[in-house]
Amino acid sequence: MINFVRQLGQTGVASIQSIGRAGMMFAQSVTWGGPGSAGFGDLIRQIHSVGVRSLSIIIVAGFFVGMVLALQGYTILVKFGSVSALGTMVSLTLLRELGPVLAALLFAGRAGSALTAEIGLMKATEQLSAMEMMGVDPLKRVITPRLWAGLISVPILALLFSTVGIWGGAFVAVDMLGMYDGAYWGNMANTVNFYDDVIKGLIKAVVFGLVVTWIAVYQGYDSVPTSEGIGKATTQTVVLSSLAVLGLDFILTAVMLGGI
Amino acid sequence: MSDPRSHVEIRDVTFYRGTRRIYDGLNVSFPKGKITAIMGPSGTGKTTLLRMIGGQLKADQGEVLVDGRDVGKMRRGDLLELRKNKMGMLFQTSGLFTDLSVFENVAFPLRTHTDLPEDMIRDLVLMKLEAVGLRGARDLFPAELSGGMIRRVALARSIAMDPELIMYDEPFTGLDPISMGMILRLIKGLNEALGLTSLLVSHDVEESCQIADYLCIVSGGKVIGFGTPEELRNGDNAEVRQFLNGDPDGPVPFHYPADDYRADLMSGGQRD
Repeated sequence: MINFVRQLGQTGVASIQSIGRAGMMFAQSVTWGGPGSAGFGDLIRQIHSVGVRSLSIIIVAGFFVGMVLALQGYTILVKFGSVSALGTMVSLTLLRELGPVLAALLFAGRAGSALTAEIGLMKATEQLSAMEMMGVDPLKRVITPRLWAGLISVPILALLFSTVGIWGGAFVAVDMLGMYDGAYWGNMANTVNFYDDVIKGLIKAVVFGLVVTWIAVYQGYDSVPTSEGIGKATTQTVVLSSLAVLGLDFILTAVMLGGI
Repeated sequence: MSDPRSHVEIRDVTFYRGTRRIYDGLNVSFPKGKITAIMGPSGTGKTTLLRMIGGQLKADQGEVLVDGRDVGKMRRGDLLELRKNKMGMLFQTSGLFTDLSVFENVAFPLRTHTDLPEDMIRDLVLMKLEAVGLRGARDLFPAELSGGMIRRVALARSIAMDPELIMYDEPFTGLDPISMGMILRLIKGLNEALGLTSLLVSHDVEESCQIADYLCIVSGGKVIGFGTPEELRNGDNAEVRQFLNGDPDGPVPFHYPADDYRADLMSGGQRD
């Protein structure tokens, strides 16, 4: 019993220390500048590696999600005779919820895990130490451009996800189920509000991008530099960032809708 | 403040890793422009010592003076500045950037810290690579190099900014005799040509004695011997002699501390 309490305490202290270290790392790496700081070219390279290379998975996933939404929505709405609301339903679902959330989850699996593994291996092979000893701050050189690349990429990916999803919905609803395309697009255009739906969705995506990338780079930077440690850190990245995205999504939605 | 002949001075340093005490009142000074080999049994924290001098680890007590300045009390920015201009370190695993070619690896510190024009960087990098005999390998990537070549590239990179102090962490481990000979020649050559203060952590007694001006034997958290190889070999410290001769038993026992052998066998697994 004493042991259990002690372990509980140790775990608690360790998690709080870990959050503290993550906060310190964030504060030191979020700003540019300092010795041997990364340049604009590094940022572009990182956006390419985390953002551009995630395009295919985002586009394919977005298209399928849109198609499923339209199919499910159609079979439900047709019972109430309100199929004309299908375009509105698909677009609002994607812009407000599924675009940001699913893009962030896919990003965590595709790019977040890669970031963790990459940084963990750089640590294990003493590349980060070597940088320090050359008078280059690895936080500024390695972490900063990756953090910003994630922050910039995820909102764009989320927007693309929603756009492709809406097309996927149109493909199923209009081309396959024979819905009148004027109703699909027209009702969508009438009801979707730029600020309430698009911008608020984008704000979510920015927050998710920040949190997912932060978790990924921190897990890599703080990993135990062995093959086992890096494997564990990679898993942690996917688990923690998925939970963080879903949890934050509820909080942000509640704040934005103002219902609670 | 500190002896002008010494480049690095360690004063009363105590260092804990977790709850284990690695150093306990360590005192040693490394002379300027000389090669000093730091030797000792595995796990005595020789690499830890190098990392304290480089400021990557902070001593729990005491001072680590480089050029008379305490590395442990320096601000992060000053420390990076000191490392950039004055220190080089060759890591055990070399720490080459795997996504950059040999040329770009050596050019990295120059590109990061200077605004030199491209053709001058090219000349400097080629000079450093020529010094380690790898000018022809400039376009290869670290994955395409042998262990000895990797270490030579890392050496070229660590002298790119012309440091005054260079630290080698186990530079001979895992090398074939030819590569080892090359590294030995390079360490000696750099020391003679540039007057670099060189600190060398190694287990290889023969090789280290060939090139080192001084040996510093560390054991049990203290320096147990410091002097030229001849002085130490003929000295009266039994543990130092055991280490230099590689005797399996002596003041450092062959057996890890254990209960009485006979009692242990007879107990039939019923320990306490």
